[in-house]
Amino acid sequence: MSEIAEKVKAIIIDKLGVEASEVTTEASFTNDLGADSLDTVELIMEFEKEFNVSIPDDQAENIGTVGQAISYLEEHAK
Amino acid sequence: MSSIRRVVVTGLGAITPLGNTAAAYWEGLRAGKSGAAVITRFDPAKFKTRFACEVKGYEADNFFDRKEHRKMDLFTQFGVVAADEAIADSALLESGVDKDRVGVIWGSGIGGLKSLQEECISFGRGDGTPRYSPFFIPRMIADSSSGNISIKNGFRGPNYVTTSACASSNDAIIAAFNNIRLGLADVMVTGGSEAAITESGVGGFNALKAMSERNDDPASASRPYDKDRDGFVLGEGAGALVLEEYEHAKARGAKMYAELIGGGMSSDAYHITAPDPSGSGVVLVMQNALRDAQITAAEVDYINTHGTSTPLGDGAEIKAIEKVFGEFAETLNISSTKSMTGHLLGGAGGVEAVACLMAMHHSLVPPTINLHTPDPEINQALNFTPNVAQARDVRIAMSNTFGFGGHNTSVIFRKL
Repeated sequence: MSEIAEKVKAIIIDKLGVEASEVTTEASFTNDLGADSLDTVELIMEFEKEFNVSIPDDQAENIGTVGQAISYLEEHAK
Repeated sequence: MSSIRRVVVTGLGAITPLGNTAAAYWEGLRAGKSGAAVITRFDPAKFKTRFACEVKGYEADNFFDRKEHRKMDLFTQFGVVAADEAIADSALLESGVDKDRVGVIWGSGIGGLKSLQEECISFGRGDGTPRYSPFFIPRMIADSSSGNISIKNGFRGPNYVTTSACASSNDAIIAAFNNIRLGLADVMVTGGSEAAITESGVGGFNALKAMSERNDDPASASRPYDKDRDGFVLGEGAGALVLEEYEHAKARGAKMYAELIGGGMSSDAYHITAPDPSGSGVVLVMQNALRDAQITAAEVDYINTHGTSTPLGDGAEIKAIEKVFGEFAETLNISSTKSMTGHLLGGAGGVEAVACLMAMHHSLVPPTINLHTPDPEINQALNFTPNVAQARDVRIAMSNTFGFGGHNTSVIFRKL
């Protein structure tokens, strides 16, 4: 697992209060990990802070799973 | 009011500087314990006041999932914890209550001060890019307390928060009382909470010169009616009551602590922070409460006063009591439990109502501690229940709270 993937998973575990085993690549924040719309906003903000990126709203809408977050950040992280 | 719907108290809960349940709180009150100590929530070294009455040994993880409590300011957590205790005490949920007929009216004078402070600091330290948490507003707003209590329990009746500074809880209790009397609900969870022991809370009240600066002896700093009092001591926590329509409570065989028989409200219309030294607004509020309760002054056994330990406020309230109660002022028991708990601001009326109900239940009046040098300006012929609890069959108890803004409130309970 890449360093980015590890950090992403750690943020998700911390913010959503879920077990590491639940945070699979396919897991959806809302359907599988119990996030509501505010939790999702907070996750995006944490990714921005941790990876020093700015994720535009139209891009953020496409980040709904663990895997989508990892690949977006692997591409855009500075 | 012509309504014949009577309202009784069927559940109590508290989390306070003296103990984290209603029973532990009462043990502290009857023992005359002080809840004051050096502030641990932040480094107070540069503050004029470096002590407060903090809730001790509270761990949010013992009451909430981590994910859940992260979204609640401490004042909301205290509110939910105390309300849960009161609800469990009332055995309401076990009785299959119609949750559409259960409401929550909660009091908070300030709301999520720590959440506001943290988010503003974080923004100020950044480069101007707004990175506010999506939970900032829901954590900060005062009504997140009543909202969270209803969400947790599924109560779908009337739901809001009253904000009138240190009178907030009593205003909530009166509003809840009226909702039941008017037939808008059968059961109401009410009370109030506050958690303002933060840099901005302590610094702000220090700037008003309202707080004691007795840093060398915190436990004796809250000393209502004592000549050497120098201001209030900041407290935190929550007090909760379950109010219920009498027939509803009777039908399910609920335990009843007492009947809530009257509520009074008035305004000083005088100054935004100073109490009217004539006490006329306080006279009015107690008269309004007695009239609502349809009782005479002679019938009251105990007054839990606002008595914050400020030089101005304590005397004005006592003068008002002398005026309203006349010759009976000297036969009453009076005490300020703020001498022990500190001042819970918007939570004060909640914990003080619990103190009154416990006093009735145990036939014991909790004391005013630290009353060693009576203030000659205050009529010491009155019984302030100095330093040690006094046995008394408390049939009727009155609880006063007043707030910045000139808000005065008074509620009256009667033994069944």
